[in-house]
Amino acid sequence: MSSLSKLNPLNSMNLRQKTILLIGLIVLLLVLVYASSLSIDPANILTDFTLRNQPPSFEHLFGTDWLGRDMLTRTIKGLGLSIFIGAVASILSSILAIIMAFISSVNKYGDVLIAWLIDFFASIPHLLLLIMISICLGKGAMGVIIGVACTHWTSLARVLRVEIKEIQTSEYVQLSEKFGKNKFWIAKEHILILVITQVIVGTLLIFPHAIMHEASITFLGFGLSPHEPAIGIILSESMSYLTTGAWWLAVFPGVMLLIIVLLFDILGEEVEKLLDPTKAQK
Amino acid sequence: MVIIINSQKLAKFLGYKAVRLFILLVAVAAVSFIMVEISPINPVKSYAAEMGASAQQIAALSAYWQVDVPLGEKVVSWLADLLQLNLGISLIYRIPVVNVIIQKFTASLVLMITSWIISGVVGFGLGIIAGGTRGSWIDKAIKTYCYILQCAPSFWIGLIIMLIFSVYLGWFPVGLAVPVGTMASDVTFWDWLIRLILPAFTLSIVGIASIALYTRDRLVNILNSDYFIFARARGENHWSIIIRHGIRNVLLPAITLQFMSFSELFGGAVLVEQIFSYPGIGQATVAAGLRSDVPLLLGIVLISTIFVFCGNTIADILYKYVDPRMKGDENE
Repeated sequence: MSSLSKLNPLNSMNLRQKTILLIGLIVLLLVLVYASSLSIDPANILTDFTLRNQPPSFEHLFGTDWLGRDMLTRTIKGLGLSIFIGAVASILSSILAIIMAFISSVNKYGDVLIAWLIDFFASIPHLLLLIMISICLGKGAMGVIIGVACTHWTSLARVLRVEIKEIQTSEYVQLSEKFGKNKFWIAKEHILILVITQVIVGTLLIFPHAIMHEASITFLGFGLSPHEPAIGIILSESMSYLTTGAWWLAVFPGVMLLIIVLLFDILGEEVEKLLDPTKAQK
Repeated sequence: MVIIINSQKLAKFLGYKAVRLFILLVAVAAVSFIMVEISPINPVKSYAAEMGASAQQIAALSAYWQVDVPLGEKVVSWLADLLQLNLGISLIYRIPVVNVIIQKFTASLVLMITSWIISGVVGFGLGIIAGGTRGSWIDKAIKTYCYILQCAPSFWIGLIIMLIFSVYLGWFPVGLAVPVGTMASDVTFWDWLIRLILPAFTLSIVGIASIALYTRDRLVNILNSDYFIFARARGENHWSIIIRHGIRNVLLPAITLQFMSFSELFGGAVLVEQIFSYPGIGQATVAAGLRSDVPLLLGIVLISTIFVFCGNTIADILYKYVDPRMKGDENE
């Protein structure tokens, strides 16, 4: 037992080192997927009618579709797009959340307004709101990004709102006010600095939802256009070929999407552990 | 357990909620109307394209949709119509929107409630088992299963279930729609039940994860509590304490959480209905969105808002008035 545990380098590391290692590995993996998707030129996804609907083989690990395109290449390209849209949408929604939280901290009316807005956005089913926003902006990537950003800011805004209220009542903020610092300065130097942890973790935790909602809305036909190599498009196309037994068209892209979502979820939790040591003890 | 509800307070609370619902509905109606208005959709054009209208009819439609009227006035007149429950006529189904919604929403309600109950019961059970055996392989298996389920897109799970049960096992027809040419009224109970099974199954599976993980966390907290350790010290059996102390304490918060999940339930229903072509409100939503049926889409937004609001209000009532632990706060 003791000789074995000495051999295993993981055992000599503390929790913090292990967490950092895990974060590094996940980031590396995600960067790898994104980089390889960037390196794929859509023009290189060849259509080859002699290779139509091939089941998975060593040449085509994920099989080929009805135009003879390699599904592995299409899937990776789609994942890259998902990561990109997820990133833009979750960063946008965090920015939105920060702005809303600060508005609510200005005065009583701001607080009431934001509380009402949060209620408003939480009372329409997310998917329906996404559909409405996508229709409003004329479908396409823009509609999806704005839609996801608009529907996901509420949870982070709620957390920040409480956090900011707590910080505002603290003594050093009141002292700062007595020193004559203006509200903007206090918000920047005292409050933002302290909530930045929450913001980073919040953004990372919005990521998986953003990716899944993008795929769902694209699947329904309101998101990205059918020319884009998105996972939602691949899966909705696969529906017409499932009856002929082409299971690989649906299974592999879905599993890959699931893995990416899972990776982002774990990443968010690990980063939270790293930045907020009280959580790590649990 | 006797539930004593302060009826006067509850009535006041419900009245307050009703006012809120009204304000919310007006806001949702106005905002969604404006959103559709500024979108590139032209209701007159999509009407004309769908129905092949003549120039005269187009003029009448333009008058109906008030093409030349400024936005502010349009919103006001739309809200006024709404107050009389006049939602217009659906362009896909060609009957009043209210009738479409009643018909489709009942079908969806059956689907949603079935899977809501199944996912609640199964999820709660799994959560109790996982919490009770925490640290064991059973707990780990349930946790992993729920974790993966939470990260899987629900429409993909639907696809996989269809692949397994319809394509490979052949137990259910693919698509599952009503046979072409059959009126909705001619569908037998059996036909309808067959159509319900796979969508309900999918939706239940999707809903299990969050409730199971929540129940497990709550139960683990209780297992660490003083009264649990004391009961243990008295020599009570592990599972009998969980039944007597654990379940009683976890059940109400779990039910509350389940009521708060109506929004996700609706979203899941939209996706699942689309995959299995179950003729419910979700399919109507997608059809209305893709074919620019503006009156129907706006109607669906309103009904789904009411649906989610009801769920949240019931959760509030459970939390504030039924939970005996909240009695102290109430008396303040």
